[in-house]
Amino acid sequence: MSRVVAWALCAAITVVICAWLDRAGRRASTDTGPWRRALARFHRNRAAVVALWMVLAACVVAALAPWLVPYSPTATPDIVALKNLSPSSAHLLGTDFASRDVFSRLLYGARVSLSIAMLAIILSATVGTLYGAAAGYYGGRVDAVMMRIIDAALSIPRILLLITLLVLWGTVPMAALVLVLGFTGWFGVSRLVRAEVLSLKERDMVVAARALGARDRDIILRHILPNVLSPVVVAATLGIANVIIIEAGLSYLGIGVRPPVPSWGNMIQDGVSQMATVWWVSLFPGLAIVATVMAFNIIGDGLRDALDPRQLDG
Amino acid sequence: MTAPLLSVRDLRTWFHTSSGIARAVDGVSFDVMPHETVGVVGESGCGKSVTSLSILRLIDRPGTIEPGSVIEFEGRNLMALPEKEMRKIRGNRISMIFQEPMTSLNPVFTVGDQVAEVARVHSGASKREAWERAVEMLTTVGMPAASERAKEYPHQLSGGLRQRVMIAMALMMDPALLIADEPTTALDVTIQAQILELLAEMQERIGMSILLITHDLGVIAESATRVLVMYAGQVVEEAPVSELFAAPHHPYTEGLLAAMPRVGAERERLAVIPGSVPPPTNWPSGCRFHDRCPFAWERCATEPPPLYRIGERHVSRCHLADEPERRAEPHEPLAATRA
Repeated sequence: MSRVVAWALCAAITVVICAWLDRAGRRASTDTGPWRRALARFHRNRAAVVALWMVLAACVVAALAPWLVPYSPTATPDIVALKNLSPSSAHLLGTDFASRDVFSRLLYGARVSLSIAMLAIILSATVGTLYGAAAGYYGGRVDAVMMRIIDAALSIPRILLLITLLVLWGTVPMAALVLVLGFTGWFGVSRLVRAEVLSLKERDMVVAARALGARDRDIILRHILPNVLSPVVVAATLGIANVIIIEAGLSYLGIGVRPPVPSWGNMIQDGVSQMATVWWVSLFPGLAIVATVMAFNIIGDGLRDALDPRQLDG
Repeated sequence: MTAPLLSVRDLRTWFHTSSGIARAVDGVSFDVMPHETVGVVGESGCGKSVTSLSILRLIDRPGTIEPGSVIEFEGRNLMALPEKEMRKIRGNRISMIFQEPMTSLNPVFTVGDQVAEVARVHSGASKREAWERAVEMLTTVGMPAASERAKEYPHQLSGGLRQRVMIAMALMMDPALLIADEPTTALDVTIQAQILELLAEMQERIGMSILLITHDLGVIAESATRVLVMYAGQVVEEAPVSELFAAPHHPYTEGLLAAMPRVGAERERLAVIPGSVPPPTNWPSGCRFHDRCPFAWERCATEPPPLYRIGERHVSRCHLADEPERRAEPHEPLAATRA
């Protein structure tokens, strides 16, 4: 019974958030501050709005997963009698080779995959923005050295770097996975931010601010960062999709999220040896990855259109 | 005689680029007295904007203000001040407004917030206090319904109102000197007059001096008391406004005046000065204007003219001061025959 309540609560939370966003979107006219104008433009992009609803719903479900699942995601009640059961009313998405409930694991997997991806992206967007802003703002030799370091880092294929790091690490706690994914993902962002800062700091508004006595700190915080925020937000949203895929790949290879903790990637691995017969074990996490990644990409594109800096200026 | 507020001596701002040293400002000297409006005119590329940025020490690499340049303001040599002290002068004792008020304002903050920020930086006012002062200042510069419009963003205001916002920011701290770099160039003619009027009014109220940089002699005639004419990184003529308009000495000044459209003049083609400003990496030898000058002779191509004194407050960088009889024989300038 309490599960029904939890699902209802989950639906209610999602609906409330979406309705609130929808109202904010409808209220935001284009004739106001740049962020609200962007919100109004985003609101007009229905595909992006629907994708955002999907992602929000996934996040709420992931957050409340412990109260929503019918079974424990790691319990193996009877690995002989209850293994590889096909989807039924008792096990909505069936069970896997160890008699674990696929539906429960899918929800817990969402929790793991989404939180790893988001934390990693927050980390890499922050590091990348600060690094790129420093390089772009100070320019000259500082910039040259900082950018050569980025060039060197980018010349190592990320996936190989990740595999090496994770294999050397041995047993990887989740926090370590976030750190590794985050710290290998910020090079692109820092290049983007640097290029943006290079052009921003030549703008009249920066000269004007300096002429009126602004300190370096004021200029970076007030004039540079708010104006590079929009490309960073776009890059981070698209980056989440990328990190979800990479994490899934690493977990599939057995070096990301380690069993028995479920992640969408290692769930696919669980079912891959008997894909032809026990198809439900791999299919549903696969679909979850596809849907989530697509949703993030659509949101990212929508944000790109809504936050176009040329329109921000206008 | 009172001491000048600003005294620039032998200012040389050079840009050390890969294609050579661009001597954008090359030995400029002038004074600005308290409460005075000094106009600086010249074509684009003559170094007038670099001069104004140099006064605030806002020149970035590869540009440098060469050693030996002196910028004395309120008795202090700005060239010797540490950056921290210099920052206390910018926006506080010396302010600057720019040509394009749209790109000079930050699109992501409300205009009130931007005006308030100046007070916060310089007087450490609280957020609330700074906002109140900003609204007050916006009212002073003629922003209608200032307390409401302060909450708007730059793109919601017209060009004239945006320039008023810039002026409010610049005058927030009652500066002693306002540098106005082409303050009206981007505006409609009717708005131009309003902005110039506002500047004059604010000058009256605050008692500041204005260094008015423009390529528009009309603006100078309207607002300035004294004019510097700049060409190729140098001051070529300096005179009180009325004297400059009535009796220009330097052939370049004559050319600028002749190129000015006048209401009521006979309909004829506007005079143009043949040729264009030479590149600052390679100023011509001798007089830098000689190949565009209708009076130039051999001496002009080899001997750089000094600033000749031709009146009590009138100087000109032209050998005609030495050999006035040459003015009788104008000819096609070199640049015109070459083209």
